[in-house]
Amino acid sequence: MTSLALSRESIARVRPGPAAVAALIALFLLLFLVVPVVQVIFVAFQDKTTGAFTLVNFADFFRNDLFMRSFWNSFYVSAMSVVVASALALPLAYLTTRFEFRGAVLIQSLGVIPLIMPPFIGAVAMQLLFGRNGTVNLLLRDHFGFSIPFMEGLNGVIFVQSIHYFPFILINLSASLKNIDRAMEESAQNLGCHGFRLFRRIVFPLAMPGYVAGASLVFIKVFDDLGTPLLLNVSDMLAPQAYLRISSIGIADPMGYVISVVLIVCSLLALWVSALAMRGKDYATVQRGGGGLARRRMKPLELVAAYTVVLLILMLVLAPHIGLSLLSFATIWSFSPFPDAFTMKHYHTVFVESGQYITNTLLYASLAAALDVVIGTAIAYLVLRTKLPGRQWLDYAAMAALAVPGVVLGIGYLRSFYGIPMPFSGQPLSSFWLILVFALAIRRLPYALRACTAALQQVSSSLEEAAENLAATKLRTLGRIVVPLMSGGILAGFVTSFATAAVELSATIMLVQSQSDAPLAYGLYVYMQSAAGRGPGAALGVFAVVIVGLGTYLSHVIIERGRRERGQER
Amino acid sequence: MNHQFSPTALGADLQSVGVRIDGVNLFYGSNHVLKDVNLDIRPGEFFAFLGPSGCGKTTLLRLIAGFNTAQRGLVRIGDRDISALPPHKRDVGMVFQSYALWPHMTVRRNVAFGLEERRIPRAEVERRVDAALDLVGLKHLADRRPSQLSGGQQQRVALARTVVIEPKVLLLDEPLSNLDAKLRVQMRQELLSLQRKLGLTTIFVTHDQEEANTICDRIAVMDDGRVQQVGSPQELYDHPANLFVAGFLGTANVLDGEVRGDGTGTAFVGKGFTPVPLPRTVEAGSVGKLMFRPQNLTIRQDDGEPRPGCARLTGRITHREFLGASIRYAVDIGGQQVQVDAPHQAGDPLLAPDSPITLDLAADKARFLRR
Repeated sequence: MTSLALSRESIARVRPGPAAVAALIALFLLLFLVVPVVQVIFVAFQDKTTGAFTLVNFADFFRNDLFMRSFWNSFYVSAMSVVVASALALPLAYLTTRFEFRGAVLIQSLGVIPLIMPPFIGAVAMQLLFGRNGTVNLLLRDHFGFSIPFMEGLNGVIFVQSIHYFPFILINLSASLKNIDRAMEESAQNLGCHGFRLFRRIVFPLAMPGYVAGASLVFIKVFDDLGTPLLLNVSDMLAPQAYLRISSIGIADPMGYVISVVLIVCSLLALWVSALAMRGKDYATVQRGGGGLARRRMKPLELVAAYTVVLLILMLVLAPHIGLSLLSFATIWSFSPFPDAFTMKHYHTVFVESGQYITNTLLYASLAAALDVVIGTAIAYLVLRTKLPGRQWLDYAAMAALAVPGVVLGIGYLRSFYGIPMPFSGQPLSSFWLILVFALAIRRLPYALRACTAALQQVSSSLEEAAENLAATKLRTLGRIVVPLMSGGILAGFVTSFATAAVELSATIMLVQSQSDAPLAYGLYVYMQSAAGRGPGAALGVFAVVIVGLGTYLSHVIIERGRRERGQER
Repeated sequence: MNHQFSPTALGADLQSVGVRIDGVNLFYGSNHVLKDVNLDIRPGEFFAFLGPSGCGKTTLLRLIAGFNTAQRGLVRIGDRDISALPPHKRDVGMVFQSYALWPHMTVRRNVAFGLEERRIPRAEVERRVDAALDLVGLKHLADRRPSQLSGGQQQRVALARTVVIEPKVLLLDEPLSNLDAKLRVQMRQELLSLQRKLGLTTIFVTHDQEEANTICDRIAVMDDGRVQQVGSPQELYDHPANLFVAGFLGTANVLDGEVRGDGTGTAFVGKGFTPVPLPRTVEAGSVGKLMFRPQNLTIRQDDGEPRPGCARLTGRITHREFLGASIRYAVDIGGQQVQVDAPHQAGDPLLAPDSPITLDLAADKARFLRR
């Protein structure tokens, strides 16, 4: 109906420039997001030999013990990670928002430190610290005669994932606690409520949306993650199963595709449940004169308890970093609480052998990030500032990448581009390194897009109108007014995309065909496969952390500077 | 929207109590926010804290509710010193500026909250909630969420939620500031009729002099953390204690000059006007200013003698504002600005800016203020 209702007028108003840009972006999204994913879904419902529509593959999936076990394991690990992550995040969020607490800076860094290390890098270090013969258990056994199975089987995945992802809950929960109007709490006190009842009846229900948003994000991330279970040698989970099917049996085997569909459906379900939980609960209650829960000074005993909790969690959070650094300098570290001796030779090895991993990573990640901010800016502009019909769909399509796990995208690329030979070399297109860049770009696009959209929303359209009023063309206005004003947001989007793309493993591992084209994350995975490679692997991991850490710090600096320039405080 | 609070069983046996604030001093860090505040609010009185933003009026209200702590001084409700009690034990009901209705509860649950916290039996909770919602005319909306209500309705729910616990004192923190102008006028009448019906000692914080003037029995005008003057709206307007109160309530003309005596009495002398006789209480050489209202001036068309008891001001019109019922002229008197209101009838000519003007000031209406 709407297409018929498009009047002559509104068609005439579509200018050719934006339309061409929109078409180009649509083509890119179609080729590198929609087609591969649809391909995966399509194959899952196809008979292996005849190509006819069938549900047999799914029946096989649900009849297969290994797959069912993997499914429940994935579910269990994700759910438990949410529980453990909540247990870490809740006290921290409560402490920072409810009390006058000098440790607030500590807690803020707690929120960032885990994010600058991809979980699979930390996994090996955690094995050495908390594993059966790791530092903690060796010490426990020597002194107390017992050990704790932190890292046994699924426990290890839960442990590593919850330490890595709890900041998502911490950040979201703290934000929504801060958004509660102080008067909400005060009016309850005024009516005779206090203490834990106050928290249970008023504060927590009001913070619920933030908690649910963080928790569902953790669930999806853990459910989709490939690298951590692989590095911990846990293969009976869904994402590793999909990878192993494709890499060991081949891209013709339908089970990899079926698992992919299951992964997508679960991601969508988790998103849907969180949307359901948040519907009609726009609890942002801050009004003028409001702002944050009333803060209380702690009694000395409470203060001691608070610092104990924060320091314990800080130590847990720093454990992977400490372990990794130790490992990267260690000669031999096995069956002993600490390394036998220290050396620089792993770094030397990495420089000599694996320079290409680092240069590849820098090349791929910066290309992908550049692509992301260009597309992100373009989509943001099209959506917010033009009347192009269907512009909203570009936004939806780009955001849909959130629900597509890296493994699935990798499998889709293999399936879609394997059969296409490259000109000249005749190699399959899927092994061309640029394809890897596109995969990374698609994976990070949702984050870059949100950053760009937020940046553009802060640029008043009257600033553009003023430029046009002074006879600048649309394009000149874009170049001289809009993009410069957005630059802070664009740069922040670039840096986050770059930093996270640099350590992406799940899509990468499916697509890399030769060592010479491999990025850092892949090299790390290869190193960690052997005991001898752990030292150099850790050294490479330290590089990865430094790259991501620098990136995160840079984007923080850029965002802060942007805020200061706009004259906003905090 | 046109609703009058209906009579109810609620609050029929409420015992009104007074509020006493004794020597209160409050600091935020090194910032002295309340300075030696002493107030005696009578039982059943509708009392206002009036002042510009940052004057400490909300701080004082929150001190009574227990959300602030004074470093020195006491707050008494009735005969009881409540300074050390936590907010949830004070039994003072407060309506917040933002209403602070909990979005995750229905209207009914919001109103029932305070009763539930007092462990009142279920049946009685429901009965009293119904009565309170009836009182504000919102019984039919009891199962809505706050977000589904208009601003005026939210305001009423906030009121119902507070009065249902039958507090000893009702505190209102700028309750009308989030409503549009028309609703504000209506709500303030409803507030007044509710307060009269319940006989509840009520303290109302506002920066709007019209709000305070129209519904409050007495007003404490505050500035810079100090109570400047306490009195009925008329007392404050007619006999302001200082220049701040004079300027804050209504328009004040203020003239510089000096006080001179000639044996028979004293007079205020300055440039551009004839001496204005002052009461005997003012001694020669006193330092201060002369304050009077625009309506105390009369425009003289002729150049004859000033009328008896009047001083003569001469100057030049600098500009004029047409207000409909009257015209407000700004006049330059020897380098100082005064304003004068001239009543307007259809067909009356307006005086042109820059033309000379002669004014008579009723001397007994002018007040000498030292600060």
